Amino acid sequence: MDQLIVQTLHGLVTGMVLAMVASGLTLIFGIMDVVNFAHGDLMMLGAFTGATVLGVTGSFWLALLAAAIAIAVLGVLLQITTLRPLIGRDPLTTILATFGISLVIQKYALWQWGPSVRRITEPVPGHFTLFHLEYPWYRVATALLAGVIIAALWLFLKYGKYGIWIRATTQDRVMAQAMGIPVPLVHTAVFAIGSAMAAASGVLFGPFAGVTQTMGFDFTLRAFIVVVVGGMGNLGGSILASIFVSLVEAYAAIVVSPAQAVIVSFVVLVLTMLFRPTGLFVPTPK
Amino acid sequence: MTGERIPGAAAAGDGGMAAPLLRTEALTVHFGGLAALNRVSFAVPTGQIRGIIGPNGAGKSTLFNCLTGVLRPTGGRILFQGEDIAGLPPHVISRKAIARSYQITNILPGATVLENVRIAAQSRHHNWSMLRHHRSYGDIIASARAILADVGLSGKEDELAANLSHGEQRNLEIGIALATEPRLLCLDEPTAGMSVTETHVTVELIRRIARGLTILIVEHDMEVVMGLAHIVTVLNYGEVLAEGTPAEIQANPKVQEVYLKT
Amino acid sequence: MLTLRDVHAHYGKSHVLHGVSIEIRAGEVVGLLGRNGVGKTTTLKAVMGLVRRTGGQIVFDGQDLAAVPTHQLAALGIAWVPEERRIFRLLTVLENLRTGLDRPGLAPARREELLERVFARFPILRERRHQAGGTLSGGEQQMLAIARAMVLEPKIILLDEPTEGLMPRMVSQIREIVHALHRDGVAILLVEQNVPLTLEAADRVYIMEKGVVRHHGQAADLRANPAAIHEYLGV
Repeated sequence: MDQLIVQTLHGLVTGMVLAMVASGLTLIFGIMDVVNFAHGDLMMLGAFTGATVLGVTGSFWLALLAAAIAIAVLGVLLQITTLRPLIGRDPLTTILATFGISLVIQKYALWQWGPSVRRITEPVPGHFTLFHLEYPWYRVATALLAGVIIAALWLFLKYGKYGIWIRATTQDRVMAQAMGIPVPLVHTAVFAIGSAMAAASGVLFGPFAGVTQTMGFDFTLRAFIVVVVGGMGNLGGSILASIFVSLVEAYAAIVVSPAQAVIVSFVVLVLTMLFRPTGLFVPTPK
Repeated sequence: MTGERIPGAAAAGDGGMAAPLLRTEALTVHFGGLAALNRVSFAVPTGQIRGIIGPNGAGKSTLFNCLTGVLRPTGGRILFQGEDIAGLPPHVISRKAIARSYQITNILPGATVLENVRIAAQSRHHNWSMLRHHRSYGDIIASARAILADVGLSGKEDELAANLSHGEQRNLEIGIALATEPRLLCLDEPTAGMSVTETHVTVELIRRIARGLTILIVEHDMEVVMGLAHIVTVLNYGEVLAEGTPAEIQANPKVQEVYLKT
Repeated sequence: MLTLRDVHAHYGKSHVLHGVSIEIRAGEVVGLLGRNGVGKTTTLKAVMGLVRRTGGQIVFDGQDLAAVPTHQLAALGIAWVPEERRIFRLLTVLENLRTGLDRPGLAPARREELLERVFARFPILRERRHQAGGTLSGGEQQMLAIARAMVLEPKIILLDEPTEGLMPRMVSQIREIVHALHRDGVAILLVEQNVPLTLEAADRVYIMEKGVVRHHGQAADLRANPAAIHEYLGV
């Protein structure tokens, strides 16, 4: 019973971080049909940038902000130079392009920061006692902060003026253009937002397990699973799916080792594709 | 353009002499609450060229889709050579000798013109044997070549299908349909997107291949339909509005109204 | 104001427009008639830069549109109401209108004014303003599509088969809207298959067949002598 509660907490916290990563991924796919293989690497790069800024300034919050902005700028540059020229080409081309970007980023990070693990110290110190565990306050704070950021994104999309531009472009790119919406700019902006969120989640996740070149991989993998399970392009779906999949994995970890628990995520993916391929949290298509 | 009729083909009113090749009985298709086809009954005798016209949304594509197994009708029967084929899947219907050309060309762009037709011809004589009889292969190539001659593409045998002009591709499409040795050929807007010249070429092509064949042709180009068809069926809102020779249809005020007032 | 000179267009390999020449002057209502598949919608899409132009020129207010990307046409004064309406289904009626109202440079007062004007003309839209676009009926969607174009304050509206699939009552509403827009001085290029409506609403009419213009005349002349109509649109 205690295990269940502890795992629920684990699942929720990881789920919220995953939701941040997956949101960007699903937004980018929804609006420009780009499967961004480099998304997890942007997260990793954000974490490294954050660690570096933290080392220089000593402020976690500054590090978070700086990482988000820096990676957003990088995202813009990548989109303009590499992805924009590929618009309209067959999807495999963009997959290969983002895959290539992913490799470049990974090697760059290795060259820039070396193979050792970086540390990001938690901004919110201390633990509270949860049954037999000392549960860090920071993790709870992370989940809350991630929730706030996602909520802000949601509100921006729903009510903001540019949010309407983004949603319109996602639904009908051609008609959005006909209405005067500068679609190329909207694409770049969404890529920037997605990159920023990935980077921020990297910094937030940093204190959990240290910053390494491969930290993005686990999240990329799960983010893709979650985006499919939640319905590609469906923001609400990917958020719910993130929490769902993370909880399911967390519960599975009670029975098997955490490394093996990832199998359940794949099982969920396969079942979704077999029975509800448009997404578990998407209303049944007519 | 109301020129040559195919000798021996059934004329208007001759449907009672021999059993029609194709007959629909109260064919109905519902999409949700909308009746795309509403109790459509018509019959096409063997050897006839039947034109199907009607304004946008009249149900022409839906009718074709039912005939070729792409769509399962909600009600009614489709009798081909006396057998009810309603609801059968496309590959089964193809074996029953109904072929269709599509509006969006279905050719294999990476294969040559001859290969495209040859593959279609082979599908007709499909068997699981890994050993191909050298002689029967030669036969298939010969009939593929004959079809290319019929559709006017003899000189382009070894050309990649992707390199053909649009008109030539649509004619190749007809050739591919022919290669499956159909008894009923359904042509879906064969001259769509063609220039006037290309249209004339295709019309001549259809006249050439019409011997021994029964053809259903959906078209928006009135000159083409009225010039080729023996009988024309007019659909409107999923129902048969009128049926008759081109002259009769052109003189029919109800049809004029539908076209000019819609 | 809008001139198409010998415009050719391709869909992939399919040569769909074989040299279309059309002119619309400021404030005119010009009809474009023709059977299915002759290239009427493609002509509109050529103006909107949505189809590959392979020849000819399109000039608007003295500016060659060849180099103008689609998303800049609204600012020039060209609005498009496509055949399928293309309402943003997941956006509310109000949000649909905002895609046009939120354009840069529009003062808030003017925005309110435009919104009011559109709601006054289409009261049902005011009633449904918080409803998702996809839940509207066909006729309501058509009105929303036209309203969406109107809030762009365009010089010309490319109106593609507005009466298609609508009930007769709605068709007369469309007729009134076209008249009202005409009175407001907006030019309209009206693609239609509804001949009587077009002949009544338009000043001049072009008739297309197989990718070219086959006939051009005053609507009044065609009303008096509909031979060309019968030839190119009849059976």
